[in-house]
Amino acid sequence: MSRQIIDCRRLLCPMPVIKVQNAIEGLPGGSQVEAVCTDPGALKDIPAWSRINGHRVVEAATRDGEYIVVVEVVEDSAS
Amino acid sequence: MSEQRKAAALISGGLDSLLAARVMQQQGIHVEGINFYTGFCVEGHTHAIRRRDQKKDKRNNALWVAEQLGIKLHIIDIVEDYKQVLINPRYGYGANLNPCLDCKIFMVHKAYEWIQARGFDFIVTGEVIGQRPMSQRKETMPIVSDESGAHDLLLRPLCAKNLPLTRPEREGWVDREGLYDFSGRSRKPQMALAARFGIEDYAQPAGGCCFLTDEQYAVKLQDLWRARGNKEYEIDDIMLLKVGRHLRPASHYKVIIAREEGEANFMQGYRRLYPSMTTVSHGGPFALIDGDVDDPEIELIARVVARYSQGRSAEQVELSFSDKSGRSRSLKVKPMAAHEIPKEWLI
Repeated sequence: MSRQIIDCRRLLCPMPVIKVQNAIEGLPGGSQVEAVCTDPGALKDIPAWSRINGHRVVEAATRDGEYIVVVEVVEDSAS
Repeated sequence: MSEQRKAAALISGGLDSLLAARVMQQQGIHVEGINFYTGFCVEGHTHAIRRRDQKKDKRNNALWVAEQLGIKLHIIDIVEDYKQVLINPRYGYGANLNPCLDCKIFMVHKAYEWIQARGFDFIVTGEVIGQRPMSQRKETMPIVSDESGAHDLLLRPLCAKNLPLTRPEREGWVDREGLYDFSGRSRKPQMALAARFGIEDYAQPAGGCCFLTDEQYAVKLQDLWRARGNKEYEIDDIMLLKVGRHLRPASHYKVIIAREEGEANFMQGYRRLYPSMTTVSHGGPFALIDGDVDDPEIELIARVVARYSQGRSAEQVELSFSDKSGRSRSLKVKPMAAHEIPKEWLI
């Protein structure tokens, strides 16, 4: 299972959401994307985007002052 | 059984686009949402930057609307392409720097490209005739349809009965009788329709969701363009216009002074892009300097920044100046008195 890390530091929502969305496009089911963010809004917005687009949030946490959201691609939902 | 038709709905996060998409769902249309990011978005950004706003529960209204509707939402970054819309709007600006009609044409055009690439049948917007003075008038509706390239593939379910037939109606993909004839600035018809759908919670209209409609923001953007001699901008420029006090002591530089801790934290992220200054001997703001400055100008900036620190009444305040490479040096200055800061400096 692959995990791609994307740097969303200094970006304000919805840019972290857009980066996750673009990273997921074309990835096979089971792949994971980890967004490292500094906008706390990412903790809500990335899970909301994942829910409505049918992907799974594996982790949403605060670590060392940064906000980490890991999304797993669900194949049938790939847009 | 007939094929299920697919529509892309422009979702702003407000009530009108929510209702337009919901009306389509009621008619059996498969709806997916599109939301465009221009860089001038208001709500999420001020919330993310300012510490006092972080106490409020924040949500992205476009995502929230999509979740209420049970539809996918595609958020599209149009920051680069949007520059030409803002810099040179064919139909001009509204009350401030809002190029609303060009903006609508551009977004519908982008949506048209999107539906063509994805095999969708038509586009839906929440536009209502007479709702907005610049972009939503009876005369502008065909301009948006035609200049976007969408022509009769653009359906406005909330006011379709006041407009010519579109292809979705002609072909029977949607039933015109199930569409609406809203017009004018009143929100009552929308609120009544929301109640019929059982929708009680929705974003209240508050003068638009775009910083370009904000007078103070527009003044700062015009100042930036004037100082540079052209209308170019980068995303960092337009983000920094959202924070701090902006003072321009001379045409070739300005100082951005954080007004509170949240802004200071956000602005710290720009330390490698702009020279910066902060107070050392007293509590005080973080400041960025946009432009090339010499030593006397650095001293003047230090006196201004000291003025906004807790040492404003002290004989001397020590500050630290850092250049873009991170090299720092110390300065000791007498804070400027309030009356020494000309009003014209404040942008």
